[in-house]
Amino acid sequence: MTIVREVVIPNREGLHFRPIMQFVDTAQRFQARVKVHCEGREADSRSPMELLMLVATHGSKIRLEAEGADAEAAVEALGALIESGFGEK
Amino acid sequence: MITKKGISAAPGVTIGPALILDTEEYRIPRRTIPPSQVPHELRLLDAALEASREEVNELRLALARKQGDTAAAIFEFHEKFIADPKLREAVRAQIENSLCTAAYAFSQEMGRRQRAFRAVANPYIRERVADLYDIEKRVLRHVLGRAREDLARLTEPVVIVAHDLTPSQAVQLDRQHILGFALNAGGQTSHMAIIARMLGVPTVVGLSDITAEVSGGDIVIVDGSHGIVVVEPDPPTVERYRQQQREYERFAIRLRSLRDQPAVTLDGTAITLLANIELPEEVTAAIEAGAEGVGLYRTEFLFLSGPRLPTEEQQYEAFREAVVRARGRPVTLRTIDLGADKLAPAMGFQHDHNPVLGLRSLRYCLTNLDLFKTHLRAMLRAATAGNVRIMFPMVATIMELRQAKAALADVMEDLEEEGVPFQPEVPVGIMVETPSAALLAHSLAREAAFLSIGTNDLTQYMLAVDRANERVAHLYCPHNPAVLRLIRHVIRAGHRHGTEVSLCGEMAGSVLYTQLLLGMGLRCFSMAPKDIPEVKQLIRSTTIGDCQRIARKALQMDSERQILNYLRDEARKVLPPEML
Repeated sequence: MTIVREVVIPNREGLHFRPIMQFVDTAQRFQARVKVHCEGREADSRSPMELLMLVATHGSKIRLEAEGADAEAAVEALGALIESGFGEK
Repeated sequence: MITKKGISAAPGVTIGPALILDTEEYRIPRRTIPPSQVPHELRLLDAALEASREEVNELRLALARKQGDTAAAIFEFHEKFIADPKLREAVRAQIENSLCTAAYAFSQEMGRRQRAFRAVANPYIRERVADLYDIEKRVLRHVLGRAREDLARLTEPVVIVAHDLTPSQAVQLDRQHILGFALNAGGQTSHMAIIARMLGVPTVVGLSDITAEVSGGDIVIVDGSHGIVVVEPDPPTVERYRQQQREYERFAIRLRSLRDQPAVTLDGTAITLLANIELPEEVTAAIEAGAEGVGLYRTEFLFLSGPRLPTEEQQYEAFREAVVRARGRPVTLRTIDLGADKLAPAMGFQHDHNPVLGLRSLRYCLTNLDLFKTHLRAMLRAATAGNVRIMFPMVATIMELRQAKAALADVMEDLEEEGVPFQPEVPVGIMVETPSAALLAHSLAREAAFLSIGTNDLTQYMLAVDRANERVAHLYCPHNPAVLRLIRHVIRAGHRHGTEVSLCGEMAGSVLYTQLLLGMGLRCFSMAPKDIPEVKQLIRSTTIGDCQRIARKALQMDSERQILNYLRDEARKVLPPEML
């Protein structure tokens, strides 16, 4: 079963270096493959290059999609991380 | 087998395996590999990625200790980037599917990513291209076998193939294991060429894309005497070059034995041989080659190397080092000759419609007096360490010489007032490189302590030929009869007034012209250190009487071709065949 969650980027700088590193670190804790969609582009949640190429900025809509054993937990953790604004403003 | 033509930078022939250095700015050659080699390339990729990741990790930890976390965060990102599983997957897939080397597949993938970054409108992401370059360079260095840091500890003799090297990279190389250099960038007077001559390593520069033709470990022939590089030569070619190599070595040993012999003609006239240099370190090599001093130190190289102007202290240190290395021998410091083809990044040159006729060289200095005076202060202070002479380039009118001397007098007064030690008794001479200075040689010789004929520019101005313009460069020749008459005029003017005349253009270092110039009365030559042994050999094989006869005859001829053929015949009569 595919787990889906949609979130909006709240922090001003969007997905730049530092948030991406946190994102990748979090994604790697799970078995599930989480795909990240943004305005028609897709990225692997463990690939910093692909995440950067999403060009997800303040207000961008992000859709997380995952399958696998811990898919729900993975999507939950990553969604919460985005909504927390990565500890930024 | 591929043969490439470049520019000869340091003579000699060498054969050996290539070591590719510095992966910046070049394509990795596309090499198809047999399927059996795929596992090897995959292991190479994994090992390189892992080694790079560890390297970045160490860098990050060191940086975090010194600078704090903000700077270190950049490397943390690099580390994550290198560890990106999607990157590894993409490169592995390419190695397996298109049977290419790990280096090629990796550089292709990074190229795709760089293009993708550049295509993004977001400036933050576009600027990250620099990070991708850095990551690419680091990983490729590991894929290609050796890290740059290991250059000081090579274990086998290699030919260095690179885009370009900085002088500091070149001098830290382990000389024992460097057979030769083959470089994309550079010209005869580039820093790398100078260093290669200093090290005595056969070198070809200006090959434009040699790094794209050679893979690490390929056998490469570097023929530094002719500016040729052969990649993966066939056996007959190797044999031919081995033969040349032996001949060159025999010849080099003979020339070296000339070092301690005086430059005296067969009929007993002593000739002074000086060196043209660009870096203070070259003085030692110049003396090794038999120079009795420095006839031309091109100080502008100090100004071309960095984004900022050199400070007075930096200039002083460089000049002082040259003077100290010369151990009492004369060192002629030429004030900066910038503009035209040599533009310093920090000097804010405006684009002149006709740069060789524009605001350059001494003219620039006289309109930027603060910069000029700082330059002269450094020279006068360095002069306390030995035997310094100051030379002004590009003088076209007598007023320019007077203004430059006035600036020098001002500087002396300032130094005196400030109580800064300096040498006030410095001979001040000029370069004769404009037709007007040559024709005014009689007046200039009265006010200058010495004249040095700069035949490169003199020929260019006399014949109205820009030798950097390939469409007219064939018209450029210093043996044009008009140029020769002008040179003779300057030499005579110097003799009349008891003012020393030397010649420091490329003409001075060519054995074709030695007898002609001796015959016209020249007794002091300044040239690239590498040319000194050959010119000395010629001087020791001729007489002033013969030279005067040759000069008289050559000056009666009216075509360049006729003169050149005649001079070549005369040089052949006295020189061993391998020298022409």
